[in-house]
Amino acid sequence: MIVGLDMGGTHIDGVIIENGNIINTIKKPRDGKDIFVSIWEALEELLSNQDTSKIKRINLSTTVSTNAIVEGKTTPVGMIIQSGPGLPHDFLACGDENVFISGYIDHRGKVVEELDLEEINSTRELFIKNGLKTCAVVTKFSTRNFDHEVEIKRLLGNEFDHITMGHTLSGVLNFPRRVFSAYLNAAIHNTFNQFSHSIKKAMMDRGMNTPLFILKADGGTTSLAQAENKPIETILSGPAASFMGLNALLKTHEDALLLDIGGTTTDIFFLVDGVPLFEPLGIEIHSYKTLTRAIYSTSMGLGGDSSVRVENQGIRIGPRREGPPYALGGPMPTPTDAMIALGLAEFGDRKKAIAAMESLARVLELSMEETARNVLDTLGSMIKSKVDQLLAEINSKPVYTIHELLHSRRLKPQRINLIGGPAKCLSPILEKKFNLPCYYPRDYAIANAIGAAMAKLTQDITLVADTQRRILTAGEYGIRERVGRDFTIEDARKRAVQLLRYSAIDQGAKEDEIETEIIEESIFNMVDGFYTTGKNIRVKAQIKPGLIGDLRV
Amino acid sequence: MIKAKNSLGLVFFPAFDWAISPTHPEREERLLYTRDQLFEEGIADIEGIQFYNPIIAHEKDIQRVHFCVPNVSSRVTDSHLISAGGAIKAMDAVMKGDVDKAFAMVRPPGHHAQRVVYGDRGFCVVNVEAVMLERIRQDYGDLRVAIIDTDCHHGDGTQDIYWNDRNTLFISFHQDGRTLYPGTGFLDEFGGPSAYGYNINIPLPPGTGDEGILYVLDHVVLPILEEYKPDIIINSAGQDNHYTDPLTNMNFSAKGYAMLNSRLNPDIAVLEGGYSIEGALPYVNLGIILAMAGLDFSNVREPDYDEEALQQTKRTTEYIKKLSHLVYSRWQNREKLWAEDIKGKDLISLERQVYYDTDGILENQTQTFISCDKCSGISTIDSQSDGGYHIYAITIPRDGCPRCVDRGHKIYKDISSGNYTNIYLQDRVNDAYLAK
Repeated sequence: MIVGLDMGGTHIDGVIIENGNIINTIKKPRDGKDIFVSIWEALEELLSNQDTSKIKRINLSTTVSTNAIVEGKTTPVGMIIQSGPGLPHDFLACGDENVFISGYIDHRGKVVEELDLEEINSTRELFIKNGLKTCAVVTKFSTRNFDHEVEIKRLLGNEFDHITMGHTLSGVLNFPRRVFSAYLNAAIHNTFNQFSHSIKKAMMDRGMNTPLFILKADGGTTSLAQAENKPIETILSGPAASFMGLNALLKTHEDALLLDIGGTTTDIFFLVDGVPLFEPLGIEIHSYKTLTRAIYSTSMGLGGDSSVRVENQGIRIGPRREGPPYALGGPMPTPTDAMIALGLAEFGDRKKAIAAMESLARVLELSMEETARNVLDTLGSMIKSKVDQLLAEINSKPVYTIHELLHSRRLKPQRINLIGGPAKCLSPILEKKFNLPCYYPRDYAIANAIGAAMAKLTQDITLVADTQRRILTAGEYGIRERVGRDFTIEDARKRAVQLLRYSAIDQGAKEDEIETEIIEESIFNMVDGFYTTGKNIRVKAQIKPGLIGDLRV
Repeated sequence: MIKAKNSLGLVFFPAFDWAISPTHPEREERLLYTRDQLFEEGIADIEGIQFYNPIIAHEKDIQRVHFCVPNVSSRVTDSHLISAGGAIKAMDAVMKGDVDKAFAMVRPPGHHAQRVVYGDRGFCVVNVEAVMLERIRQDYGDLRVAIIDTDCHHGDGTQDIYWNDRNTLFISFHQDGRTLYPGTGFLDEFGGPSAYGYNINIPLPPGTGDEGILYVLDHVVLPILEEYKPDIIINSAGQDNHYTDPLTNMNFSAKGYAMLNSRLNPDIAVLEGGYSIEGALPYVNLGIILAMAGLDFSNVREPDYDEEALQQTKRTTEYIKKLSHLVYSRWQNREKLWAEDIKGKDLISLERQVYYDTDGILENQTQTFISCDKCSGISTIDSQSDGGYHIYAITIPRDGCPRCVDRGHKIYKDISSGNYTNIYLQDRVNDAYLAK
C-alpha cells in the first residue's frame, strides 16, 4: 500500500494505491490553514479506517518551500562568496549580508590563492553582531574542489543554526546558480525543517513509522532526511506531480507531448522515449536561476476559461482569465462556451454559451457554429505554434562533438497525452493540428496525487577524475579521493553507480527500484609538452526517473 | 542576472571528438577548460547572450575560396566543414540582426590555409573566415570588410586569399616572421596590383606585451579603420600572443585581449590559434566574450598574472613606435607607392615556395595577376607539389568585368591538360567552379 498526497494552490489531492489499484481518494479545497495542518488533516481523513501498518511509504508533494520563497517567508542569510577572477560579482549579492572573500580555486580544482583566515574571522563576527543564524558558503569551482567551503564552515564554528555549502547541492558547473541555490536552500531551511518536525511528531504521536518521501521538481522523490538538508530540491513539485500523474494514467515508451490544459493555463511537457525531459541546468523560481533539477515545463496563459475577443477580424484568446465561462455566469466568451455552444460539453447554461458565441459571430460575420469552431481551432493553433517553437529550441540545444552534430537524436513526439477539463473536446482538434494520436484518461481528478504516490526516488551524480593530479571528485557527495594513474572510465562509471546506489539505499529506496544509467561521459588525454600525462574523465549518472509499478485503470 | 549591452551570439564548438593526432596541440582537450570556465561563470544565463550550433558548410562554400587538390572531399573532413559552418552561423546571426555581434569559438583554425590546398599547414586546411565571408557575401551581397588578424602567427592564408581584393582589408599583427612560423608577414607584402596597400603586416618583436599591442591598435589599426570605413570588422582571434603560450614568445594577457576587443569593437570574432589550453584560453575567451558583450572585464585575470613581470622592455616600446609610424605612413602613401611599384604593368607574377608543416608537403607556385581597368582582374596559379600534382587555377574575382569573365573561361577552355594533372576555374561572378 502506498500513499500519495499533493498539495496544490487550490486543492489537496490524496490517494492510496494497493497493487496498482486505487483503494481510496480524497480531494479537498485548500483553506487558509497552515500547510502542515492542512496536510495532516487530509492524511488523517485519507487513512481513516485503513491499517496504517500496511503502508509501505507516503510520498508528499508540498508547497512549503515554494511558498516560503515566493511569499518571502525566509530566514535572513549571511552569504560568504569566493568569486575569484572572472565576471564582476556584484550581481551575486542575494543574501541579507554578503561578504566577498579572497582566495581562488581554478577550473582543475587547484588552489591558486589560499583563504585569508582573518577575513573569515571578521565575517563570522559581523554575522554574529547582526544576529544572523543562517549562512551559505559558496566558492567558484567548488564542484572541483570543495576544501575552501568545508574549511570556511569549520571556521564559522557552532554559532549558527545552519550553514549551506554550495558544492553539496549540485555537481553542475555554474557559479551564479550555485550561489542563488545555496542562498535559497539556507533561506528556506528553517521553514522546511519546522514543517518536517511537525510531520514527524504527528506521525510518532499516531504511532506510525512509515517512511516518508518528498516529491522534487524532477518528478522523483527524496527522503525526508535528505530534504531537511536540501529543501531547495522540494521547490516547484506541483507541475512534477501533475506530470507524473499523467504518465501513470497514460503509459508510453515513445517520444510524447504532454499537455495539461486547465482553466487558466496550459502546461507543456515532453517525454523522450517515455523518459522525462529535464530543464538543461535547473529551474527558475522567483527570478532566481537555480541548479535544482526539474522537469522541463512551459506554461502558456491559455485555457478553457481564457477570455476570447475579436481583434482585426481575428479571434484572440487569453492570456488572461477574466472569470468563469459566460455559460457559468462569467463576463466574457471563453473556449468552454464554444464547447458548450457546440454541444461538445454538457454543463452550464447553453443558451448563454450560444449568446456568447453569437456576440463574436456578429463581428466576424460568421454563423454561430462557425465562430465556435473557429475559437477551438484557434486554441489548437496557438498550442501547436508554441509547441513547434519549443521543439525547435530543444532540438537546437548546443552539442560539442562532431558525432553529436551529425547524428544527434531529435525529439519528435509520436503521440499527445492530454489531461484537464477541455481535454476530451480538444483531443480531435489537436489530433488534426499535430497529425498525431491524442490520448486522455477517463478520470484525472486526482492525477497529481497518483503522480506523487508512484514517483520513484531519484538522484544524480557528476564525477570528475583527473589521473594526472590523481584526484576523483564528486562534490555533491562530499567525495574527494585519490585514484591511481591507471584509473579508467570503466572505474569511473562503477564508482558513480556505486555512490548513487549507496545514497539511494541510505535514503530508503528498495534495491529493485534502483535502475541506474550513465547519462553523459567523456574522456580526454591530458598532454604536457608532447607527452600524455594523464586522463581527464567525466561521468554523469542518474537513477532513472519514472514510476514504481503500474496503475490498473 | 547580468544583461549584455551588446547582444552576442556564441558558437561554441570544441569538437571534443577530433584531433590532428593524440598529443598534437590541436587535440580534443583544447577547449575543455574553456568550456569549464564559461559554464562555471554562467555565461549562458547572461541576458542577451545566445548560443548557436554550427551548420555544416558545403563543398561549394569551400570552392569559393580554395582550390583543393585534387578535390574538396579528399582534403576536407567533417571537422573542417563544421568549423567553417560554425563561423558562417555566427556571421549569419549578425547579418540577420538576431544579435549585434558574434564570436565563433570553433576548431580547427584556418588562417594559414591559402588559395591552393594540398593538405594541412599550421594546423589549417580550410580558411574558416574566408569561407564564412564569401558565403555571406553570396547570400547578402558585397560588403566592405576589414579582417584584423590578432593571432601570433602571420595570417598568411588570409593574406593570400584577399591579396588582390581591395574590398577586404587585411591587417595582421604577429610575432616577427624572422623568429616564428610561417616566416612571412613583412611590411613589403602590401597587396596585389588592384589592392596595393590593402594588405598590412605589423611584425612585432618577441616579448611584446599589452602596452605594445594596444599601441599598435591605437596608432595603426584604428586610424586605418577610421579611414577605410568597413561595413563589417572581423577579428581573426588567435590567442597565442598570450604570455603562457607554448609555441610563441609574446607577453600579451587576457585583459589585454579583452581591451583589444573592446577598442577594436569587431562585429565578428573567430577563434584561430592559441595552445595554452589551461593557463590562457579559459581566461582569454572569457575576456573576449565580456568585451564583445559590452560587459565589465576588469576582473578577468589569469591565476599567475604578474603585471610587472610582463612589462615589455623600453627598447621594444621604442621599436614598436617606429614600426607603427612606418606602417601607418605606408598606408597613407599607398597610392604613391602604387604609382612607383605597380603602375603601367600589365601583369605581375609572384613566385614562391609554400611549406605544409603539418603534412610535410612542399609546393612551388607562380601566381599571376592580370591588370584590368574595369575590375580587379583575373589571376592564375601554376603550382606543383612534391606529391606529384601540377595544377593550373584561374580565379575570376567577384567584381570581374564581362571581358575578364570571358577571358577566364577562355583560358580554362584552351589550356591543354597535357602539362597539368588538374585544371580549375573559380568564377566568382557566376558563383561557379569548374575542374578538369
